[in-house]
Amino acid sequence: MLDTKPRPVFLNLFKIRLPMAGIMSIIHRATGVVMVLCIPLLIYLFDLSLSGADGFAAVKAILGVGLVKLILFLMLWALMHHLLAGIRYLLIDIDIGVEKPLFRQTALAVTVAAPVVALILLGGLL
Amino acid sequence: MSRRASGLKAWFLQRASAIYLILFFLYMLLHFIADAPADHAAWQSWVAQPLVGFGLLLFFASLLLHAWVGIRDVVIDYVHPTAIRVSVLTAIGFVLIGCALWVLQVIILAHVA
Repeated sequence: MLDTKPRPVFLNLFKIRLPMAGIMSIIHRATGVVMVLCIPLLIYLFDLSLSGADGFAAVKAILGVGLVKLILFLMLWALMHHLLAGIRYLLIDIDIGVEKPLFRQTALAVTVAAPVVALILLGGLL
Repeated sequence: MSRRASGLKAWFLQRASAIYLILFFLYMLLHFIADAPADHAAWQSWVAQPLVGFGLLLFFASLLLHAWVGIRDVVIDYVHPTAIRVSVLTAIGFVLIGCALWVLQVIILAHVA
């Protein structure tokens, strides 16, 4: 610790222009945190659905409510963004998509594709 | 593992768990789209299949490990006072261990039912 003077910090969120990969990255992080908070809920529904015929019917009824379907879509969107961005990171680990035009394009593709894939999956599942 | 390489362990665990989560998620997705369990008996007998049960155990283990490595990074990035950081991480750790025991119980009960 030679010099502990605080370094200048610029954190005006309205003036920082985050590049596409940065936007994708912060959503990856935010969706991760949200999904961690939902793990107990997921296990609760898993437990309830296996508890018996009544529990199974209860979970089915819960998932049938309109508002729950909307939440389910948002959660699937979060999961798809996190998963697609994660696959992009794994590819970058093996040196695929590191260079600039592709790096930017894949970040945009992940961000745009996530809600579309989520909607398609929801259609297939419900 | 040496202290200096401890970050490598988390880095590797995050990627290994991610790959398993992707693969098992795809498997579950295909199962639910092609042959969604119609009632409790079908759902329970699917979970009680030895390979599916094992796959689910590994899935939840990977999920909780992945969640721990990820949330730990986030907490370390944003929560700086040591006492609060350690308290938050300890609380999250206990919740995740609780989740692990809970889901283990659910899967075991589905197998003995």
